[in-house]
Amino acid sequence: MDKQEFTITAYTENHVGLLHRITIIFTKRKINIESLTTSESEREGIHRFTIAVTETEELVQKVVKQIEKQVEVLKAGYYKKKEVVQQELALYKLRTDSLTNGLEVERIVREHGARFLTIEKEFVVIEKAGFKRETKALFDELKQYDIVEFVRSGRIAVSREQYGLGKQVEELLTVSQ
Amino acid sequence: MGTVEAPEQTSKSKTSNTERITGAEAVVRILIEEGVDLAFGYPGGAIMPVYDSLYDYQEKIHHVLARHEQGASHAAQGYARACGKVGVCLATSGPGATNLITGLADAQIDSTPVVCITGQVASSLLGSDAFQETDVIGISMPVTKWNYQVTRAEEIPDALAKAFYLARSGRPGPVLVDITKDAQFGELDFDYIKCTSVRSYIEKPKLDLSKIEEAAELINNAERPYILFGQGVILAQAEKEFKTFIEKTGIPSAWTIMGLSALETDHPLNVGMLGMHGNYGPNLLTNECDVLIAIGMRFDDRVTGNLSKYAKQAKVIHLEIDPAEIDKNVKTTVAVLGDAKESLTELTKLVKPNSHEEWLQRFRDCDKQEWEKVIDEELHPKSEILSMGEVIRIINDKTGGDHILVTDVGQHQMVACRYTKFTQSKSNITSGGLGTMGFGLPAALGAALGAPERTVIAVVGDGGFQMTLQELATIYQTKAKVKVLLLNNEFLGMVRQWQQLFFDKRYSSTEMINPDFQTIAKGFYIPTNKVTERYNLEAAIEEFVNHDGAYFLEVMVGKENNVFPMVPSGSGVAEIRLE
Ligand SMILES: Cc1ncc(C[n+]2csc(CCOP(=O)(O)OP(=O)(O)O)c2C)c(N)n1
Repeated sequence: MDKQEFTITAYTENHVGLLHRITIIFTKRKINIESLTTSESEREGIHRFTIAVTETEELVQKVVKQIEKQVEVLKAGYYKKKEVVQQELALYKLRTDSLTNGLEVERIVREHGARFLTIEKEFVVIEKAGFKRETKALFDELKQYDIVEFVRSGRIAVSREQYGLGKQVEELLTVSQ
Repeated sequence: MGTVEAPEQTSKSKTSNTERITGAEAVVRILIEEGVDLAFGYPGGAIMPVYDSLYDYQEKIHHVLARHEQGASHAAQGYARACGKVGVCLATSGPGATNLITGLADAQIDSTPVVCITGQVASSLLGSDAFQETDVIGISMPVTKWNYQVTRAEEIPDALAKAFYLARSGRPGPVLVDITKDAQFGELDFDYIKCTSVRSYIEKPKLDLSKIEEAAELINNAERPYILFGQGVILAQAEKEFKTFIEKTGIPSAWTIMGLSALETDHPLNVGMLGMHGNYGPNLLTNECDVLIAIGMRFDDRVTGNLSKYAKQAKVIHLEIDPAEIDKNVKTTVAVLGDAKESLTELTKLVKPNSHEEWLQRFRDCDKQEWEKVIDEELHPKSEILSMGEVIRIINDKTGGDHILVTDVGQHQMVACRYTKFTQSKSNITSGGLGTMGFGLPAALGAALGAPERTVIAVVGDGGFQMTLQELATIYQTKAKVKVLLLNNEFLGMVRQWQQLFFDKRYSSTEMINPDFQTIAKGFYIPTNKVTERYNLEAAIEEFVNHDGAYFLEVMVGKENNVFPMVPSGSGVAEIRLE
């Protein structure tokens, strides 16, 4: 089986140490986590992990079951690229005085659907949301202006299913009440 | 959604009145409420308040002072495996806690219910590299089913309630609760309510009857069905249901080392042991059955050998409580998720009475071959050199097979498991998944205390015995009636066997110049005997088995004997070698 991009989603309790428990499952199998994001979910008190990996589907299935097995995990699942709407966020910090041709940078920013988050005396920060390849493309173009700092967030994604895992979490919680 | 409050994360049964007590006392009171009357452990600075409180409750809880925390953890495992209750183990922070890790890893891989309570430095010192501070939560995470750090006294009841519930429910396992010293000294309004569920945790999957139907259909149409059973049968207390099921269907059944003793050895459908040193037929015929029915076992690689050559011809039915085990190693045709007791009860209703005489005969034919090539010589050696097998054979004769066998790890383990005759369940205690040398002696101590009415025999090798022999002191102090049989071959036998077979007989660091084990046992005030020749072996074993109390018997066995059959690592089960 070929490796491909997967997004693993887990709904969990908000418990100290759970992040470690989940990453151990990947470490044990020497799987590289491309990005990992945790945040609140649509349901109060329930957290959500979003983990990006490139692996075979068979392995991802096994990993997902082992994630779901953790006591504080309510539900875990995985999606192929086409099954999610996903996004990443990138920030680019440039020295204000390196923008010798401000208009040119403005054009680039506009063309990439990015925006200036802040413009200060010393530096400017540009923000761009999109796929990795898009934020990378902007990076490549801005490179000539000397990027002082660059950061990209982990992938976040929601499923294209009508309800997704959240529905199952809802059911689980109703049953256990 | 508005302002709906998050529901309680755990549900509780029973209520009681509150009382103001210290965290340390709460720990002890909770142990009592959970039915714990015996705990193993070792004191030290960070757990002293709990030990101080134990002093007040000596009548209710007997604390067994092991001589090393690893010993305490294996004793708790042996206790749990012998009597089915949760084993409890206490240790101090830092080195005390790190010494528990091997026991936790062993309990995790062999699904043994153990609750470990460790002391921790005061919460104000956490993270400062304080004296005897280690990140026990971080270190124990990969080897526990669940763990939790308590930093306030009020958290103790909920944390421990959850710990006991999680350790024993579903697929059991070890849990660890780390309690800072200030939380032990601090006070709380004590009100203990047992935990009966955790909302994010499914104790056992709900049985899907359509899967039972599919499984029954496959079984009813099978010509050469074959059952592999593991510890799941014992953990679900499904021995009776299992027997009813196999007797109705007449299906030959083979055991994993963890499933051993769930079905009596002499049962006509018990065809023997699976795996690397298992029996010939059970391995060979795995690749000839048409339907493979795995019950409460997890297809460990010691059982399957090379997966690409494993049961490729068979449809596979897997009865299993843990969804993560399904398709982990072997692809299933029908997965029946649930508790083995419930699944077997339902399945038995739908299967047709049957017998598979011809197929069973194939196993008997294999047995005959194995008898001629291996077993006869092992049990009745023609050579003057004593064999491990003949010692086990005589023990069977003397006990009638109703003893608990506890083994360490190595050749003696394989021989003891292969040849011991069992008449009742929960009688085989061994380190199956982790293969932990040093497990045997402390686990036998735990077993003897957990099942005091039974005879407990620890079979150990001269290598593994030296890893935890300090627990002889605990055996002496507790007066536990552990019978220790040392099968001394003056080698790390199992490794030497591999060196002989696969490394050109290059015996790198496997020969041991041993101490005088007789003097050692005597030093612990344990009656001893040593056998070097056959003529007094039987009498010595008679004395060993019948002596009322702990006993140490050392038998000098062949230095370079090998355990066969063997599925060499990397080979398929059908490539099993008889010599
Ligand atoms: C803690 C630990 N270290 C190393 C091993 C590797 N190992 C497996 S069997 C074995 C030899 C055991 O020798 P002994 O206890 O004398 O038993 P025998 O095989 O001779 O019966 C060794 C070293 C292990 N299983 N556990």
